[in-house]
Amino acid sequence: MAKQDNAVDLVGLLAAEKQDLAASWVREVQESLGRRVGAAELDRELRELYEALVEALRQGAQDVHAEQMSEVRALLTELSRNRARQGFSPSETAISVFALKTVLEPALRDGSADTVRAYLQLGRILDGLGLFTIETYTQTRDELITAQAEQLLELSTPVVRLWDGVIAVPLVGTLDSARTQVVMEKLLQALVDTGSEQAIIDITGVPAVDTQVAQHLLKTIVAARLMGAECTVSGISPQIAQTIVALGIEFDGIVTKASLADALKLALRRSGVDMVAHAGVQR
Amino acid sequence: MTAPWAAGDDPQVYSVARSADVVQIRQVIRALAQQCRLSLVDQTKMITAASELARNTLTYGGGGTVSAGVVSDASKRGVAAVFEDSGPGIADVDQAMTDGWTSGGGLGLGLSGARRLVDDFRLHTVPGEGTTVTIIKWAR
Amino acid sequence: MSDRIPILRIGDILLVSVQFDLEDQTVLNLQEDLAEQIVAKSAQGVVIDISALEIVDSFVGRMLATVAAISRVLDARTVVVGMRPAVAITLVELGLSLGGVSTALDLEKGLAKLRRPASSASQ
Repeated sequence: MAKQDNAVDLVGLLAAEKQDLAASWVREVQESLGRRVGAAELDRELRELYEALVEALRQGAQDVHAEQMSEVRALLTELSRNRARQGFSPSETAISVFALKTVLEPALRDGSADTVRAYLQLGRILDGLGLFTIETYTQTRDELITAQAEQLLELSTPVVRLWDGVIAVPLVGTLDSARTQVVMEKLLQALVDTGSEQAIIDITGVPAVDTQVAQHLLKTIVAARLMGAECTVSGISPQIAQTIVALGIEFDGIVTKASLADALKLALRRSGVDMVAHAGVQR
Repeated sequence: MTAPWAAGDDPQVYSVARSADVVQIRQVIRALAQQCRLSLVDQTKMITAASELARNTLTYGGGGTVSAGVVSDASKRGVAAVFEDSGPGIADVDQAMTDGWTSGGGLGLGLSGARRLVDDFRLHTVPGEGTTVTIIKWAR
Repeated sequence: MSDRIPILRIGDILLVSVQFDLEDQTVLNLQEDLAEQIVAKSAQGVVIDISALEIVDSFVGRMLATVAAISRVLDARTVVVGMRPAVAITLVELGLSLGGVSTALDLEKGLAKLRRPASSASQ
């Protein structure tokens, strides 16, 4: 029954001056977070958490992974996720838990050995909860970053129709292997969807390419040919030209043009469109 | 040689004895790849790799078996297939993995090409005893 | 085991549409039949439609390259039409670029390619 006694001690520590402690806890956290979380919301969050924690300890929970802690973990998960989404730092998030230790410190001043023991044990549990918070926080941030990367990928890879039977992808920014792959798959699918036999990959806005990216470009051009379409690469900067030669990448059989305009001219000629400039038109 | 399966995975075993079995292996792998939600390109790559390896099992290994199923690790799921034969084995693995090298009149792209199409590729061969090739494609 | 894919004739062009996943022997039969039919029907062109195929491995790839080469020897031209994007990406990764094979996006564009003079169609 030692365990049971212990639990009662912990509860005693927390529940004795319940309202008081919870209120100081809210104040402590409020100070560290500034005005970025609404007072009412914070009050509700922490009081719920407090109730759940007391209840879990009453039921004999020994650490953060205990079954009785499931409600506490659920509340903490929600709290950590919200903080992560609102852009708080990991410390600012974890402080919500650790502040409770600070709040409990006065109880030690005139406390017995039992109180100190209870405080230390509760401290260990709170440390565990703090780590749990940071873990959840990190997980949420990772999910956010992945989601944003995917959105960026979508945003940054438009396939545009320049003419009947001519499509182009203007690539802007640094190309990594994953992004190049996505763009290329999109380009090939667009060939089918629009029935285009000419495609232009414009890399005017690309500062540099590495071997892998250059290989992906090459593979795409070969794949397009297998499907019955022709690709032209335009806008190769002097730096990229030097890289391609220095890396020893075979660009044989690949048609390149200096500018998108030149590439479009070629694509139109290949699709049998003649461009005629009329004399007398003012420029 | 460790099998890719963990407890709870439930690989099915198919025999590769006739040319029609290669077609069946392609269908089995397609169903698994769809179940794992592999992207269309990744599905196609995995099925093609399986087709090459099943044909190798038949042509060079004199027939054998394929075990295929879903595998998972901490964060992802994938399709795995193990091609086993008790044929003559491969004397020079480096040579067999070279593009364009063939001992049987093919294009010599089976092994080297299949390796490029999948995420994990393991080859175990003992001359005179047989060859085992394990491939995995993970869902992204 | 001796499945054969029908070969249609439109004027001096032979048309093959592959509609299902092929067994290796069927692939070889098709190659043989096409060589025979090019001579028998004095065909000028061959169109192989693979738009229904979800995969093309090195065996089918080799057949396509061989048929193209055979038809060149027999003074005819072969166009492979309708290869899917995922199939094309996979073939390139596999190491097969089908150098000598003419291609087109769909059947209509393939037939148009055959009607144009040889020099531009070989592109």
